[in-house]
Amino acid sequence: MSAPMILLRGGRILDPSQQLDEVGDVLLSGGVVEAVGRLGEVRRDGNELETIDCAGRVVSPGFIDVHCHLREPGREEVETIASGARAAAAGGFTAVCAMPNTDPVTDNQAAVGFILSQARKAAAARVYPIGAISIGEKGETLAEFGEMVGAGAVAVSDDGKPVVSAQLMRTALEYARTFGIPVADHCEEPTLAAGGAMNEGITSARLGLRGIPAEAEEIMAIRDMLLARLTGGHIHLCHMSTRGSVDLIRWGKERGINVTAEVCPHHLSLTEEAVEGYDTNAKMNPPLRTLADVEALQAAVKDGTIDVIATDHAPHHYDEKEREFADAPNGIIGLETALAVNLTWLVHSGIIGLPLLVERMSCAPARLFKLPGGTLRKGAIADVTVFDPDAVWTVDPTRFASKGRNTPYAGHELRGLVELTVVDGRVIHRRSS
Amino acid sequence: MGSLGKDLLGLEHLSGEQIRLILDTAEPFKEISERAIKKVPTLRGSTIVNLFFEASTRTRVSFEFAEKRLSADTVSVSSSGSSVSKGETLVDTARNLEAMRIDMVVIRHGASGAAQFLAERIGSNVINAGDGTHEHPTQGLLDLLTLRDKFKKLEGLKVCICGDVMHSRVARSNIWGLKKMGAEVGVCGPRSLLPNAIDDMGVTVFKRVEDAIQWADALNVLRLQLERMQAGYIPSLREYNRVFGISRERLERAPKDLLILHPGPMNRGVEIDSDVADGPHSVILNQVTNGVAVRMAVLYLLAGGKPELAEAAKGGGGR
Repeated sequence: MSAPMILLRGGRILDPSQQLDEVGDVLLSGGVVEAVGRLGEVRRDGNELETIDCAGRVVSPGFIDVHCHLREPGREEVETIASGARAAAAGGFTAVCAMPNTDPVTDNQAAVGFILSQARKAAAARVYPIGAISIGEKGETLAEFGEMVGAGAVAVSDDGKPVVSAQLMRTALEYARTFGIPVADHCEEPTLAAGGAMNEGITSARLGLRGIPAEAEEIMAIRDMLLARLTGGHIHLCHMSTRGSVDLIRWGKERGINVTAEVCPHHLSLTEEAVEGYDTNAKMNPPLRTLADVEALQAAVKDGTIDVIATDHAPHHYDEKEREFADAPNGIIGLETALAVNLTWLVHSGIIGLPLLVERMSCAPARLFKLPGGTLRKGAIADVTVFDPDAVWTVDPTRFASKGRNTPYAGHELRGLVELTVVDGRVIHRRSS
Repeated sequence: MGSLGKDLLGLEHLSGEQIRLILDTAEPFKEISERAIKKVPTLRGSTIVNLFFEASTRTRVSFEFAEKRLSADTVSVSSSGSSVSKGETLVDTARNLEAMRIDMVVIRHGASGAAQFLAERIGSNVINAGDGTHEHPTQGLLDLLTLRDKFKKLEGLKVCICGDVMHSRVARSNIWGLKKMGAEVGVCGPRSLLPNAIDDMGVTVFKRVEDAIQWADALNVLRLQLERMQAGYIPSLREYNRVFGISRERLERAPKDLLILHPGPMNRGVEIDSDVADGPHSVILNQVTNGVAVRMAVLYLLAGGKPELAEAAKGGGGR
């Protein structure tokens, strides 16, 4: 059964991939973008047509999250591919890339196929597997990039862990060139970060928590860029969190190194002070840093030093977070708050405009990871997000589609709500009234 | 609730006035421990659990004496032999204890923030008896009381904390407590054992212990955990003693006699030499004696006792 035609009527169409910012209509038909502009009366040709009033709303290419943890296989009580894909849809994401640090690790073609198969059944946001760099993410033996890419992997990463061996990272960057995929690294010098529970600074000193210095990230970021320079491979630096990293990436890009970088909404909005009171929902890795870091990252999103905003959505069970700070696991969920956090802290605060936010959340991720979507050009896949950039709401984690409740934004008043998420021409999420 | 609020979690968030209240309240309680019959009925009927997840002799015994001398009913639980060793979470342990209708919990735990974690989840009063590398407020208070005994006031006093400040909850409670009371705080130790952000904590950092000795009125010498050497923070205990150890030779070069405090247990010949620890200016045992009085004061105030009644309370009145 083919999907009905969908006419998104009268919204503000924002598509930075074609410098489009105008009020008009978007017609989706047969799983692709049929037409964009002032369309007037639409010929149905016997097809079913759903018209959705988008006045006062933004209509943009669907958001793409290049970094999330869906926990399946292995921790299905925490999140599944289906619940994660629904959470993505609720957050306006039409596609997400699933990190391979599951149990077992996504380090072979069969594991990649399993994720795609679960995602198809979920029929929510698209899920693109990221394969492991090394077998079991052990940092020793290169995984079979070719077979994983053949099965549908879009990148490789040992995320959750850094690639400690410079030689292994060199080989990965070289080997990945054959397949044209990015190598995404979790930058953390493990001996400096060992035992750390939060950013190293005055707050960690006061709270008596072991800190992770900014340099633990920066040392690996510069190492990775130097290896990318050596090999010509595409290094993608995950969840950058420090002002120093921004300076280093700028240095790398000025020299033409093939580097791209992502930042998470929480690193653009919160500081280490959120840890005050030992709030385990403010514990993640890399940790929340200082205001100077937040401001440098915001500026980097604006000037393009940082290419994409990614969630690092990391659900954990309630019991795992309900414990002593040092023993609680790292990570927060982010799929259902990303848009509103970005709007609240970047757009409504006047740092960037709406088109640039769409670029960082949709167009750039598609371009960097060579994914379909990220555009509303005629003939592109019909992955579209409609949102109200001004709607005010209060974060209530019990209402999330994700199984995770671990968010530091609980009770925060945010601006910006997803109205509609369309994947492959089908509505997969509609704002409940 | 008394004027301290529900819990005593640390000195950082107390006011100078609240700290002074505890110290003043401790004064009349000192005398109880000097009596032949060391017991008053002040907390009769109160149930207190001492939850010790880390080995401790001095602090645990000091709390137990403080509780018993105030006539509270007390139970002490140490991590070995409790359900904690069977994998029960801290919050479950606490909730089960609370279901038995207790009034207070004294907690010693290896994780920073454990006392606050507990305090936010149970209705009983919680007293932090040391949480990880965060705070040890009653130790800080007994150090303040000991200093005040000797110098009559804390304002303007120069106190240098020597040693492993980074991993020391005693150091943090001392820094906040001393500063709130108007004292000047110095720290001295190998830079690898000072927090990188120490300069933002409002203290004077001394690179060399000789300089600290020239500056200070009193030294609070921290215990050097032997694990720090194994973890590579310092090359050897011998070198630590040579460079940072508090020796009589070093003290003799000071312009005045320095009061010597140590929270115990001491590593004689490492951070402090025996002739200093046992010398005429050591108040290490006075600290221990004051510990009981300070803890009685904290228990009394958290139980809702009126500070002005502390003098009367020791006579016989209930709460």
